[in-house]
Amino acid sequence: MKQAESHGPHVSVLALFLTFSRITLSGFGGVPFWARRVLVERQRWLTEQEFVDLLALGQLLPGPNVLNLTVMVGYRFAGWAGAAAAVSGFLGWPCLVVIAMGVLHQRYGDLPLVQQALTGLSAVAVGLLLATVVKMAMVLPRQWRPWLFGMLAFVGVGVVRWPLLIVMGALTPWAIAAAWKGKD
Amino acid sequence: MDRPNLGALFLHFLMLSFLAIGGAPTVLPDMHRYVVEAHHWMTSTQFAEVYALAQVAPGPNIMYVTLIGWQVAGWAGAAATTLPWLVPAGTLTLLVGHVHSRYPQAALGRAIRRGLTPISLGLMLASGWILMRAVNHDWRGYLLTLLTVVMVLRTPWNPLWLLAAGALAGMAGLV
Repeated sequence: MKQAESHGPHVSVLALFLTFSRITLSGFGGVPFWARRVLVERQRWLTEQEFVDLLALGQLLPGPNVLNLTVMVGYRFAGWAGAAAAVSGFLGWPCLVVIAMGVLHQRYGDLPLVQQALTGLSAVAVGLLLATVVKMAMVLPRQWRPWLFGMLAFVGVGVVRWPLLIVMGALTPWAIAAAWKGKD
Repeated sequence: MDRPNLGALFLHFLMLSFLAIGGAPTVLPDMHRYVVEAHHWMTSTQFAEVYALAQVAPGPNIMYVTLIGWQVAGWAGAAATTLPWLVPAGTLTLLVGHVHSRYPQAALGRAIRRGLTPISLGLMLASGWILMRAVNHDWRGYLLTLLTVVMVLRTPWNPLWLLAAGALAGMAGLV
């Protein structure tokens, strides 16, 4: 009966914790996919459009976009307590899992067979990252400027190994100004 | 190897969390520079292994950050590298979230996004480049990486299967 116009369904702190636990624990290889499925289709906390908007906003802000989405959704439904609950569910479990992996890695990482498996695993993990780059590059506009900024960032940080702060400080103002002037 | 300095580790990752526009893979090169090259807290190969392990875990793709901290200095190290991602990004998210809901179609926001996307891509390519050189000791490793790229682009297979296949290929001595 109160503030029904902007906030939609009533969602408890516990529900936020459990739902984001569920999203993260099913989120093998692509959390955004599961976030959409659970938040939009299953729980109906967000409409399709709200989800897309929040994810896009999350992309614009520093940090992983789904983490930003988690904070925004938690805060929207239950204030700071909601944001804290959603984030604990979302990051807590994966933290425990990777640390368990770290323990095993430290104990058994030097065994020859494990070492071989890790080499193969790592080679594939790099391939997954590079494939993401290729996919994203395909939707870049066919103009020389974006490609130039991309190459400069790659060479500065990846090849010459300058600190990120310096490279981004030098490139971002120009890149944003160019995109602003070239807007249609 | 320097003795891990938790305060410095925390502050460096805090700085990186503000620069990570476009997600966690964009700041990987600078983490590598800081942890491996500047302070020698782990080897380049260990760094690449930790990154690969985290890809097998559930959750968002920043979990390798936790594992790097853990490798450097145990639980305290994990906290020092993970917590920075929450506080500033969260606060900023809420601030901008308020503004955004009032002016949803802000043209400046679009320009920022369009301007930063190519830079994010260049940084992710740098991440791939650094990891590739840390992992692949000879042509067979590079071939496996290339094969993975092709598989991801050409098939709808779940990346987890590709990771499992990579581990098996390694155990079989193919890489």
